[in-house]
Amino acid sequence: MIGAADDELTIYERSRPGRRAFVAPALDVPEAPLDELLPTSLRRAEPPRLPEVSEPEIVRHYNRLSKRNFDLDTGFYPLGSCTMKHNPKLHERVAALSGHAHLHPLQDPRRAQGALELMWRLQQALAEIAGLPHVSLQPSAGSHGELAGVLLTRAFHEDHGEVRTKVLTPDTAHGTNPATVTMAGYEVVKVGTDADGNVDLDDLRAKADAEVACLMLTNPSTLGLFEPGIEQIAEIVHGVGATLYYDGANLNAIMGVCRPGDMGFDIVHFNLHKTFTQPHGGGGPGSGPIAVAERIAPYLPRPQVVGRDGAANGGSEAGYDLDYDRPKSIGRLRGMHGNYGVFVRAYAYIRSLGAAGLREVSEVAVLNANYLLARLRHEGVLEYLPSAYPRLCMHEFVLSGAPMKRELQIRTLDLAKRLLDHGVHPPTVYFPLIVEEALLIEPTETETRETLDRFAAAVAEILREARDDPSVARSAPYRTPVRRLDEAAASRRPVIRQPR
Amino acid sequence: MTHYTSVTDEDRREMLAAIGVASVEDLFADIPATLRLGRPLALDPPRAEQEVFEELRALAARNVSTDDEVSFLGAGMYDHYVPALVDSIVSRSEFLTPYTPYQPEVSQGTLQAMFEYQTAISELTGLPISNASVYEGPSAVGAAGYVAKLSQPARRRFVVSRGLHPHAREVLRTLSHGWGMEVVEAPLRDGRTELPRLDDEVSAVILQQPNFLGAVEDVAPMAAAARAAGALTICACDPLPLALLKPPGETGVDIAVGEGQSLGNRLDFGGPSFGFFAVTEALIRRIPGRIAGEARDLEGRRGFVLTLQTREQHIRREKATSNICTAQALNALAAIVYLSWLGRRGIVELAELTLRRTAYARRRLAELKGVSLAHEQPVVREFALRLDAPVERVLARCREQGVNPGYPLAREYPELSNGLLVAITERRARADIDRLVDVLGAAVLAESAAKLGAAA
Repeated sequence: MIGAADDELTIYERSRPGRRAFVAPALDVPEAPLDELLPTSLRRAEPPRLPEVSEPEIVRHYNRLSKRNFDLDTGFYPLGSCTMKHNPKLHERVAALSGHAHLHPLQDPRRAQGALELMWRLQQALAEIAGLPHVSLQPSAGSHGELAGVLLTRAFHEDHGEVRTKVLTPDTAHGTNPATVTMAGYEVVKVGTDADGNVDLDDLRAKADAEVACLMLTNPSTLGLFEPGIEQIAEIVHGVGATLYYDGANLNAIMGVCRPGDMGFDIVHFNLHKTFTQPHGGGGPGSGPIAVAERIAPYLPRPQVVGRDGAANGGSEAGYDLDYDRPKSIGRLRGMHGNYGVFVRAYAYIRSLGAAGLREVSEVAVLNANYLLARLRHEGVLEYLPSAYPRLCMHEFVLSGAPMKRELQIRTLDLAKRLLDHGVHPPTVYFPLIVEEALLIEPTETETRETLDRFAAAVAEILREARDDPSVARSAPYRTPVRRLDEAAASRRPVIRQPR
Repeated sequence: MTHYTSVTDEDRREMLAAIGVASVEDLFADIPATLRLGRPLALDPPRAEQEVFEELRALAARNVSTDDEVSFLGAGMYDHYVPALVDSIVSRSEFLTPYTPYQPEVSQGTLQAMFEYQTAISELTGLPISNASVYEGPSAVGAAGYVAKLSQPARRRFVVSRGLHPHAREVLRTLSHGWGMEVVEAPLRDGRTELPRLDDEVSAVILQQPNFLGAVEDVAPMAAAARAAGALTICACDPLPLALLKPPGETGVDIAVGEGQSLGNRLDFGGPSFGFFAVTEALIRRIPGRIAGEARDLEGRRGFVLTLQTREQHIRREKATSNICTAQALNALAAIVYLSWLGRRGIVELAELTLRRTAYARRRLAELKGVSLAHEQPVVREFALRLDAPVERVLARCREQGVNPGYPLAREYPELSNGLLVAITERRARADIDRLVDVLGAAVLAESAAKLGAAA
């Protein structure tokens, strides 16, 4: 491994034989010889090489490490398609309550009524937001919800005696969409985008045939645009007997304004870690519940949380239960019942904001995005980074850095890295793939107008600087814990664990 | 204004003017009028923070947690003590609130922690390559099956031990259907897996260590048989007992996965936790998910980046080795902090304490009238019993006494219709075990008597 300064050592490099933090509880049962309990042939020869460090060292190590992260609680994070909105502190407090945090998932349902009721109420709320009647909370993240959706589609078609082999995804789709399609055993067929940034309806008509099982769509799209032709799209897709799948990554734009179910979508996934404020944790945990139409409901994963009235409950009081008796179910997608701790946070969020609050969230998310676009225009940024599709956007928008690259000799990547020196997390870069030198910007509703103004000014400042000397941006960042890292070299000779 | 937004009426006016539209409604012009909801969502009105807190507290109070009873529930998730420093570190904003580390220069904390985590998993499993986490244990088994499928597309069958967690077997079936693969179960004989004859149709043999009924499997001969048939061996492992057990990498396992909850993560009614995923060198380019690797910066200093990304969905799209994107980074962070806290000696001490208490509990319980062992194999933290009385009624009696004796096996193992799975952790001291013996013994006796009475 490469050597490092003292304050940048790994926990392994801090390890010294004999140091420790853990003190075991006293042995209070007979000390039988190990060999009698576990034959030597099954035992490992030496203990696993875990770090040997004291508690103060561990705390200092990880606290120092944490300071080498940029985080949402500290600064602006306009990462397009990721919805980096404020993570309310209340949620951490309620999720940590012993009755939630220390509840065993296999506790008898009669003794977990609070948890099941919370899940049932969350299902009801998500169903209302999606405009679809049935919800499963089981999927662990957005892409897991996608997989559930495509497997539901397969089950639906098979149940009707049909075999279909292809799934359509727009060329603007998140990478998870095509990856999911392959993983579910279908072939991906790409659908093009027209000059206005909408699904190319002619291309869709040409490709929608009896082999097609499903169209996966994000609406608003990853270009931050609402599909004005969504009703026609639904008609085309349903016309060939396929299902219409809603990638919920961009749901933050439309809550209480319109609903996927009303647009004709059959299956929707939510990203509770985007729209419903679960902190991202540096890459999870998330949660990806799905809502489905009546005709898809029989195939939902099992078990399903159900509310039972008194009569169905043996005459006793109303209650909640886990229903395993679902003969047409696709089965389980994961262990236990889903990421319950995430459900607690999402439920708290929906209860706090209510109907009016969720609608305001979407309105302000869209207002902030359009305002930021206007500010960037006002600052002259769009001369070098024009809007990929110059029209009103929804909660996010895409700029193309192609003119910037041509005229100022800096790439979108350089702009992103230079933004780090301004104390801002860069937007998503090089996605969607159909826009050259793309920059996908999602400010979210929880940012103030002043923050948006400062961001626009920072981008303008970087462009001015590049006009004088493009090498500044090309070598950025300068003020970060490390300078630009060579990812290509890292991949060629991967060192992915501490050498012994 | 909501709890978390900041746009005043004045802001709104000025922002709309800057955009050049008259109203917020105008911003939604692309949405056809026919699709507008035209009414408020049917949800309750907004509430104050303290009201929401009280509601969530009331819901929590209607659950019986492991703090409210003496619980011997396990079956894949375990009631371990999580040290205070884990809470302190994982609740730091700097770890809690960033996204996936796509900008490595400002994500060194997360990336280095991933690298350290990968090293610890590699040490525990004895396999050289670990990713930075997948969702949880059972879906990790499904993901491992997908690696096997990609490795040898012509092979159409998984041979799965009946000792593999029922949830994992079900996940594998769910996924295999789409892959056109068949799942065949290998039975248990006296608690251990009995492999059928393997042919060249077998893609992978999938085992669990210790298995669902608590028995420690002899993995090496089964892995050798799999290898001889050209199949991969996938083993779902409980990570804490790996402090004592031969690591999968030394018994011929190609892919070691498992549920990570017991490493510093709370129960949370089943999630979020994480799955770990480790493979041999040969499978490095097929492993799913994020991997952190060492890199140099412009000045030659050491740093960490997400590496081998050409396996992943955001680069490879339909050719990716998996669709996974968001995984369980924060839970994996809890694991590396916990493993550092346990340390090289501590993890062995903890595992030995558990082993001895488990042996004690098993012996005491098996001595009870109406209780017998479901198998005689070595166990390390959990074991299965047979009761001579209806298990649900016995459980009900015990719970009235504040003791939850464990997990009834009937749903997933009809052959053990009055079976009970009992798990021991360091939170269950001898006094708790003695209480279980008393309470369970009395309950079995009472129910046996009731059964006899009914028969007469």
